[in-house]
This record gives sequence, C-alpha cells and structure tokens, in this order.
Amino acid sequence: MDADLVIKDLRVAVEGNEILKGINLTVSKGEVHAIMGPNGSGKSTLAYALMGHPKYQVVGGEVLFKGQNILDMPPEKRAQRGLFLAFQYPTAVPGVSLGNFMRMAVNAVRSGRDGDGDGAQKPLSVAEFQKLMRQKMEILKMDRSFASRYVNDGFSGGEKKRAEILQMALLEPEIAILDETDSGLDIDALRIVSEGVNRLAGPNIGIIVITHYQRILNYIKPHYVHVLAHGQIIRSGGPELALALEEKGYDWLLKEEPVQS
Amino acid sequence: MAVDRLESLDTYKYGFRDPEKYVFKARRGLTPEVVEEISWHKNEPDWMRQFRLHSLEVFLKKPLPTWGGYLGDLDFENIYYYLKPAENQGRTWDDVPADIKNTFERLGIPEAERKFLGGVGAQYESEVVYHSLKKEWEDKGVIFLDTDSGLRQYPDLFKEYFSTVVPPEDNKFAALNSAVWSGGSFIYVPKGVSVNIPLQAYFRINAQNMGQFERTLIIADEGSYVHYVEGCTAPIYTTDSLHSAVVEIIVKKGARVRYTTIQNWSKNVYNLVTKRTLAYEDATMEWVDGNLGSKLTMKYPSIYLMGKGAKGEVLSIAFAGNGQHQDAGGKAIHVAPYTTSTITSKSISKGTGRASYRGLLRVEKGAVGAKSTVRCDALLLDETSRSDTYPSIEINEDNVTIGHEATVSKVSDDQIFYLRSRGIPEAEATGMIVTGFIEPIVKELPLEYAVEMNRLIKLEMAGSVG
Repeated sequence: MDADLVIKDLRVAVEGNEILKGINLTVSKGEVHAIMGPNGSGKSTLAYALMGHPKYQVVGGEVLFKGQNILDMPPEKRAQRGLFLAFQYPTAVPGVSLGNFMRMAVNAVRSGRDGDGDGAQKPLSVAEFQKLMRQKMEILKMDRSFASRYVNDGFSGGEKKRAEILQMALLEPEIAILDETDSGLDIDALRIVSEGVNRLAGPNIGIIVITHYQRILNYIKPHYVHVLAHGQIIRSGGPELALALEEKGYDWLLKEEPVQS
Repeated sequence: MAVDRLESLDTYKYGFRDPEKYVFKARRGLTPEVVEEISWHKNEPDWMRQFRLHSLEVFLKKPLPTWGGYLGDLDFENIYYYLKPAENQGRTWDDVPADIKNTFERLGIPEAERKFLGGVGAQYESEVVYHSLKKEWEDKGVIFLDTDSGLRQYPDLFKEYFSTVVPPEDNKFAALNSAVWSGGSFIYVPKGVSVNIPLQAYFRINAQNMGQFERTLIIADEGSYVHYVEGCTAPIYTTDSLHSAVVEIIVKKGARVRYTTIQNWSKNVYNLVTKRTLAYEDATMEWVDGNLGSKLTMKYPSIYLMGKGAKGEVLSIAFAGNGQHQDAGGKAIHVAPYTTSTITSKSISKGTGRASYRGLLRVEKGAVGAKSTVRCDALLLDETSRSDTYPSIEINEDNVTIGHEATVSKVSDDQIFYLRSRGIPEAEATGMIVTGFIEPIVKELPLEYAVEMNRLIKLEMAGSVG
C-alpha cells in the first residue's frame, strides 16, 4: 500500500533564505509521528510549507499526498483533500462565530472531496451541521457556548488550542499536522488538549506532532520520532529517541553526523 | 467557479432596467421655469412654490463644497430634475403598473411584504407609486405617506415642521433638494404610539441622468416609537447620476426613532445627502447607515441633542470598491445637559477605493454631564486602498466625558491563510473577514437587510479573485 504523505527532498526558502534543506518523511494513516527539534530548526516552516502558506517558497522536492503532488495546490485544495494544520498561533477572526466559520469550512471541504475516489459530498444543512458540531464538542468535552464565540477572539491559550482540535475533529482530515500544540499550555490544558487528540487518533488518520519539548509525548504516544535540525532530519527512531533527547538534550545529536533511517 | 465570479463582476446585480415610460419628463437642467413647472404639476400651495424658488436662488449662490469628495465632474445642466412615472399613486398592489411591479418583484418587495412587512412605501422614480399601510396603524393615527401626499393631506402639520431641521441655507445640496424635491416619506407617529413593525420604503433611480431628490420628514410625538427602513438599489448607467436627498426628523420628549438605510447605488451615482435629527428631552435617535454603492457618497447623519437626557447613536458602514469614494460619518451636537452620543463607524476600502470618516462632535456651553464616544475602524483590503479620518471635536463645556478611538487594520496574509487552510477559498475568506468586521453594525439591521448586506459584501469580494 502506498503511504498517504510522502515528502521527498523538500527544500523551502523564506525571503530567499533556504530553511528546509531536503526533508524526507513518509507518513501513513494510523501512524503518529513526532518531529522534534530546537528553536530555528525549521519545524514550523515544514508545517506551513506543507499547508501551502504563500510566504514559504518551495525551491525543490515534492510532496505526494494520496498519490498526487500537492505543491501546486492552493491551501484550500490541500485542506479539501484531507490535510489539516493545527496552528501554533491561531489567528483571531473578530465578528465571525466559530460555528459559522466551521460550517463554511466543513461544507467547503465536503464540496472539494470529489474526484479522488470518495465521491462528492453534499453540503450539510444548518441543522445537520449543528448536530455534528454538538457531537464533536461532546467528544472533546467542550462547552457548547464555544460555538457562538468569535473565532479565537479573546480566547485563552488553552481555548485556542482546543478550538484547533475541534476544527480537526470537524474536518476529519487524513493527515493532521499539530504545530507546537503544547506551546503556551499549562499542564492541565496540555492534558485536556492531548486527550482530545487521542480521541481523534485511529486507523483513519495520520498525525504529525511538531514539538520542541518531549512533554506532550507523555500524552500523545508517537510511533516514530524524528529530530529536525538545520533544515534536515538528522535522526529518526522510535519513542525511546524522545526520552533520550529529554535526558541528554539536543546538543548530544547536533554533535553527531546526520543519520536517516 | 472562477468564471461565474468574473461574470458576476461584469453585471451589477440590480442593473436590469425597464423601458422608460414616463407621463411627464421635465427638461434637462435647472432654471426657475423648471422649478415652477414641477410645482405646477404637483398642484402645490403657493408657499411651497415660493419656497422652491427661494431655495433655487440659494442653490445658485452657494459654491460647491471644497472639502469631502471631488465634485468637479458633476454637471447640473445635464440632469432631469423631475419625472412622474404614472398618473396616480397605487394604493394596493393591483393598482401598480405591470412593468413597475416587475421591477419590484425582482427586488423582492412583494415577498418581503408577504413575510412581515406592514407598510411599504416604494419610490419609483420621483413619486411613490405604491404605498400601503396597515389598518391598525391608521387606526392609531399613524401617518405614513409619500411626502407630496403629506403636503396635500396634512398641510398644517406639514408646514409646521417642513424645513425646520434642514433649511435650504444649510448647504448647497440641501438647497438643491429644497428647490426640486419630489417624493420621499412623510411620517407622523402620535403621542405614546409604538409602531412595532418597521416602516419600509424602497428607493430606486431608473432614468438615465435622472436626479432623485426625495425629501423625508418624520415627526415622532412624545413617547412614541418608530423604525423606518430605507433601502436603495439602482441600475447601471454610463453617465453620472445625482441623488441628493434631505431627511428631517423631529423626536419629541421621550420618543425614539431608528432610521436604517442600506444604500447600494450603482457606481456612477453621486450620493449627496443631508440627514438631521432634533432630539428633545429624554428622546432617543438612532441612525444606522450602510453605504455600499455610488461613485461618491457624502453623508453625515447628525443629531442635535436639544433636550436634557437626550440620546443619539450613529452606526455607519461604508464600503469603497474600485473608483469609489465614501465620505461618511456622523455628527453629534450636544446642546442640553446630560445628553449622550455614540458614533461608531466602520469602513472597508478595496482596490482604488477610498473611505473617509468625517465626523463632528460638539458640546455647547451649558451641556454639562454630556457623554460621547466616537469610534472609527477602517479595514484596508490591499496595498492600493485608502482610508482617512477627519474627526472634528469642539468642546465648550468642562464637565463632560469624551472618548475617541480610531483604528486602521489590514487584512493580513496570515489571517487569509488561516481560513484557506480550513478549505475556504480566498475570496470567501476575505468576505468572511469583512463580514466579521462589520458584524457589530450588521447585527443591528432587520434580518432581511442583514442577509442582503452580507450578500452584497460577498458579491463585492468576488472581485478580489485573480
């Protein structure tokens, strides 16, 4: 079986500076991958580039998602195809309720889910959507009033991250990238958000957890751990790699030669 | 999908037009003879004829304003100042001529009425052809007529208030309107009467080079309440068109008036409107003003807080697309003690569009305890769009509370990317940010107008693709 997400020698520049210098990574459904690395290693650049932020220029390589190169697709097409990014710093959209935003998003994603074997999906009516939203909020143990608040406007750090996971639950992606979801969370919020992710994990989704700290991996158990440094994956391994990093720090690996599994 | 969007740009949505069938069409241009002719056709009392002629003199003497928008292309000699589309006013829907009905049907008026509209005063060209008023209001003594009929049927009431809020000497365009006015709404709400369903009128310019000069007069007697809703659409024409209205409102002790406007004039219309209210003791006046269309709009709904404890609120939205200049805002003049005013303005500029906030806050000596909050937010959609703020504040009393806040923001790449990453295409994403930006004002609109407003914004946003 083909893997769902295949990143081949991906090179990405921001304002002319090459940040990612040949990333290779393969993620299949049912897998949880952790990408760890020190600050400035290119972790967020990888997340943004995969989702298609116009500021991140791809200068080489390819990204196959369900067999098709997505690098020429606009971000909305990638989302419609089943890719999801949970943002480190989600943007506020004042005046737009999370419920309305998500209804538009869910229906946009449904409308785009054709021509790839799934067949086109009909848009949900307001009532159908509200039912779905209530279900997902129950799964994530979120208060219903969340739906009527303006998107990320005045949200606490924890609320923003929970809202991201709710969006992930509603859009039902096949590959989800969580970009430093643990940043800015206290231990309780981290536990709640991680539990949410774990409820969504399963055989139909591949998850990439991008993080600086090992902490979140106590809650979300990765099958694979990769270390990103200076724009390259310098080491890949199992969960034990994360534990070793916690013990020895990044310096231990940075002194060694890059090794790819 | 992209093709649909491009097509929707080419044809202004309400840009259909009917063949011109007019009973009487005045000559182009403005002379005392044209003014006499208008008055003669309307069979007006002599005082109104004199008033019009005097106003014409005032108009001819006054220079064009040198502030605001560019008026140099306005050719007063190339405009029709009066049209009378059908001989008589329709009272019921059946009486309305078929082609006019057709226009209204395309605008959704009968549907709106079926739903919950109580009274419809719809202005087709210069005169109101269709006007209905729920019987219960008539029984309560509420008057809702076109202004010409108001003058005919209630001459004393009319004369007592007409032009007392906006005299012809006020400004050049008020003088012009005073000389050639036609149509508009005349509303009187008796003491203690609440009109619970909004009174609505639909204005529309139809003839090429046709000036529309409606004149609205609203008198809310003590302790009464009325919400008047005015919506405007106009078809596309190649030459410039002029709309210059005057709205006068008197809100007596303890009464409340809300006046809601959504204007979507086609992009060649000069929209130069004077709107003013006198609010007496404990009265409340609310202007809700949405300006989408037109080439140039200059409009600053104002409230004179004349009595102790009077409250005034102006909510203004302006959208300036390519080639448009929206010069809008609000004015609050505190004359009496313990008066309160709030002016909230939100403007959006796109492409070569320019939105200016122009406001006046004045507190007169003796207006102790006056409170005022002015807030203007501007949203720029791209690098070429422009926004300016011209707030004028004159405080002549020490014991007052004044707040002023202005923000300019830009739709950021990160914001757009966030929405796109959820599967929402760029144009819709921008539309969503814009509708969110104006949401605090849109939520004050009656439901069907809120829906229409958001739809119009989305239509305008469609242009940002490509």
